[in-house]
Amino acid sequence: MDTTPFIVLSAILFSIGAVGVLVRRNAIVIFMCVELMLNAGNLALITFARANGDLDGQIAAFFVMVVAAAEVVVGLAIIMTIFRTRRSASVDDASLLKY
Amino acid sequence: MIAFWILAPVMVVCALGILVVRKAVHCALLLAVVMISLAVLYAVQDAPFLFAVQIIVYTGAILMLFLFVLMLVGVDASDSLVETIRGQRAVAAAMGLAFLVLLTLGVAQVSVGVDQGLEQANEGGNVPAIARVLFTRYVLAFEVTSALLITAALGAMVLAHRERLTPKPNQADWAAQRMRDFAERGTHLGPLPPPGTFARHNAVDTPALLPDGSTAPGSVPRALAARGTVRTAPAHEIDVISHEIGADAPVGPMGGLPAPPAEGPVQSDEWPGSVRPLPDGSEPEGHPVKGNKVSGLFHEPGGRWYAQTRAEVWFDSADSAEAAGFTRAGSRSGTTTKED
Amino acid sequence: MTAALTSALTSVVPTEVPVVDPSSADGVLGLLWLVIALPVLGALVLLVGGRRTNAWGPGLATGLVFGSFGLGVAMFVEILSRSEDDRQVGQHLWTWISAGQWQVGADLLYDPLSALFVLLITGVGGLIHVYSLGYMEHDARKRRFFGYLNLFVAAMLVLVLAADYVGTFLGWEGVGLASYLLIGFWQHKPSAAAAAKKAFVINRVGDFGMALGVGLIFATFGTTSFAGVSEAAGRASDGALIAIGFLLLLAACGKSAQFPLQAWLLDAMEGPTPVSALIHAATMVTAGVYLIVRSNFIFELAPAARTGVIVIGCITLLYGAVIGCAKDDIKKVLAGSTMSQIGYMVLASGLGVAGYAFAIFHLLTHGFFKANMFLGAGSTMHGTDDDVDMRHYGLLRKAMPVTFLTFAMGYLAIIGFPGFSGFWSKDKIIETAFAQNPVAGACALVGAGVTGFYMTRLMLMTFFGKERWEPDVHPHESPRTMTVPLVVLAALSVLGGVLLLGDWIVDFLAPVVGEHEEEHLAISPLAFSAIAVVVVAVGVVVAWLTVGRRDVPREAPQDVSFVTRAARNELYGNEVNDALVVTPTMRTITALDAADGRAVDGAAEGVARSVGGLSAVSRRLQNGYVRSYAVALLAGAALVVAALLVVNL
Repeated sequence: MDTTPFIVLSAILFSIGAVGVLVRRNAIVIFMCVELMLNAGNLALITFARANGDLDGQIAAFFVMVVAAAEVVVGLAIIMTIFRTRRSASVDDASLLKY
Repeated sequence: MIAFWILAPVMVVCALGILVVRKAVHCALLLAVVMISLAVLYAVQDAPFLFAVQIIVYTGAILMLFLFVLMLVGVDASDSLVETIRGQRAVAAAMGLAFLVLLTLGVAQVSVGVDQGLEQANEGGNVPAIARVLFTRYVLAFEVTSALLITAALGAMVLAHRERLTPKPNQADWAAQRMRDFAERGTHLGPLPPPGTFARHNAVDTPALLPDGSTAPGSVPRALAARGTVRTAPAHEIDVISHEIGADAPVGPMGGLPAPPAEGPVQSDEWPGSVRPLPDGSEPEGHPVKGNKVSGLFHEPGGRWYAQTRAEVWFDSADSAEAAGFTRAGSRSGTTTKED
Repeated sequence: MTAALTSALTSVVPTEVPVVDPSSADGVLGLLWLVIALPVLGALVLLVGGRRTNAWGPGLATGLVFGSFGLGVAMFVEILSRSEDDRQVGQHLWTWISAGQWQVGADLLYDPLSALFVLLITGVGGLIHVYSLGYMEHDARKRRFFGYLNLFVAAMLVLVLAADYVGTFLGWEGVGLASYLLIGFWQHKPSAAAAAKKAFVINRVGDFGMALGVGLIFATFGTTSFAGVSEAAGRASDGALIAIGFLLLLAACGKSAQFPLQAWLLDAMEGPTPVSALIHAATMVTAGVYLIVRSNFIFELAPAARTGVIVIGCITLLYGAVIGCAKDDIKKVLAGSTMSQIGYMVLASGLGVAGYAFAIFHLLTHGFFKANMFLGAGSTMHGTDDDVDMRHYGLLRKAMPVTFLTFAMGYLAIIGFPGFSGFWSKDKIIETAFAQNPVAGACALVGAGVTGFYMTRLMLMTFFGKERWEPDVHPHESPRTMTVPLVVLAALSVLGGVLLLGDWIVDFLAPVVGEHEEEHLAISPLAFSAIAVVVVAVGVVVAWLTVGRRDVPREAPQDVSFVTRAARNELYGNEVNDALVVTPTMRTITALDAADGRAVDGAAEGVARSVGGLSAVSRRLQNGYVRSYAVALLAGAALVVAALLVVNL
């Protein structure tokens, strides 16, 4: 099994996630894009694990998932809080901290 | 590799879909597709444990959490795909493309060497093998992760918790409040009018008609109004009549007769300076201002929500719209429809 | 080669300079410090004590000065009783400055030169204190005035008693300060304030020369004490000596109002008249002469500097005399006269060993008769409601007989009437000048004639002719406190000549300035004196013809010759100063200010403004949109990847 297609797929997904973060305005969708980037990273890790023949990559991917879960929990709570006060989930609305 | 070549295009298309679909719920569903496909790819790559974790944690827990929050937050203007920062899309696309090209160039040059495969590492089964590594070499990281999870859970609770500052109002309080509002501001005392009566399917999205033929603003849920999925009563009427006569031909409004050949904008008898929408929904000649009867707002050309507003009545100018009792979009604050 | 040159030079330099080598003080001379301490005490008590001393302060100040005078007399008698070699006495008080090898002690030096000055300063100063008791009686700030006077006396005594150039410099600056304070004493008058400032600024130019001179002395000799410098003077290079000489001459010009730093003296007459008498006639303005005579060991070895001294003296004695001829303000005539007479002294001190003693002699007699005349002028002003215009006087001799008689004594003394003090002292200077340089002698002789003219004019306009004062002015004689000093000073003006009896003063000063070599003129001294008297008589007669025989108009006539107009304008000295110094300085400052405002500030503010402008532009990057920042983040990540690629390629 060749590794390069997996890695390139990972890169493509990562880039799409990055662009999504840049173009979407809904904070939740942005969060989804971040998750997409994390998943792309996981794919690369698992692919490398197979290529190297040991399980360290899988362990790393596992940790990424756990940390992502924690991050999502806190991040969504923050979005909730912001929404509660500003009645908006748009990241562009929270733009008071500027020149 | 067959699984890869089948799944990879699906994943890329779904990922791209996340960038373009308007509704956050659709985004979540597309993401679910990507994640499940990834899980399959993990399985293909001798990682059955992660396959399960991916399904359970990501698609099961995290995405469900996303959907929960989506339901809580509700629908809102941030779903719009109109770009507000000038040049952001072009720059983002250029940056993403450049990043992709560079990254691909980079990984293409990495020589991974001979593909080792995990047969040896997974000899006693993938899960015991992972457990062996996790609880020996990575045990410290594992424990720290547990601390992180607890902290995150606590943090989420603290953030989401809302202190109650006033006593919880009971039924009597609510009733007193309603009477007070009525006495002071003339707020309607009774319950809101129910939605439309021409219940063919889910009539919740069809507003009730007042005796004069206009729609009752409070008769549809605010979320539907904000989402823009409210059907106008005349449109509903057309649906009914079309169904009865079994034709898709355009029919006239009110009365079930086919519309006369459109010589120009049909004058509305509702307000001076207003016309009813043309059958195709485009702008009647000389009446550029869109009016939303449900929300009571009007939109001027160039306004933020002009393009996506479905007009129920067109005005020739903002003045006549205001004269008709409509409010300029964006001048009202604190509504669920975050127009601004 | 160098040795040969040095020996050649020493053979060229004819004289051996006298070395200051004081013995330590004992007996009454041990009280030397007290001479200075008494007026210092007076100044402190009056100026620090404040209003409490209003009642008795002026009396105390006067008494303290007379105390110093008494000590001075006692010490004078003491050194007279000693042998000629034993008349230089030093007193070490404490070490003042100690820096490496440079030691400046608070040392005092009492020798014949200092002795005469101490007598002059405390004697005339005491009399002027007495006079001021009457003159300033009704002034609200009388106590302060006496405090300043005491401060001046103290500073002047430091100047003449210091055994070190640094000490002299201290006194030099002290008298400058006191002079500034006293000229501007009536500070409510803008003219007085301006005059004080002018005197201070012009004096700074001279002080600058003094400071540089002292610095150069230290650089050359490694010491600044008179003893050390006089001992080492013969070993110094000619260039250094000439430079020191000219710097000290500059200092003397500033303090003594010599050309070209003369402009402040006439304006200084804005001060109270006792100040003009004490500071700007008798004592402070003669400090320059003292400095030159005291530095005789330097000037003797620097003939070029001495020539400069002679030139300055000649120019100033004529310059002052010409000014005196045209002024109508009685004090300004006397100020011009002072300038002229100090010119004589400077001329004499430039004549070398032959002239030092006569310079000091003329200094003393001038101190007497000029103080006398200034106080007399003050007395006339006192009697005529502070009018200083001589055209408003006339026939005051009837109203103020004592003032007239004492003034007349001073007048006869200054024009050199035979037998009076000025006759002896000025005659000797003219004679010596002729012996050394006919041009200088001719200048001095002409100056004597002009002196006769302008002093006679002053006398005629003030005391003779018709009454020209305002109807409501009633001239009257001054009180006793003012007339007694006048009488004493008049007596001294008449009798001052006795100092020359048997060449006493020349012998007395010999330990300080060296032995006097006899100068031989082609004609006998007696005949020469006759010529001088004739020249003066010509001046007097001309004055009589032009002023005495006609009525003096109350307003100065305007259709006068160019020479008169120039003389009235002080020969355009102020205009020259303005053109040469003030205007260019102001222009430079304006230009510098403009340069500072435009170029320097422009550069600084331009940098600031461009930073601000760039910031104003760049802060637009902070638009608050987190997605914009994310673009930057992604760009950074792309850059990192690109960098990795480049490195790995």
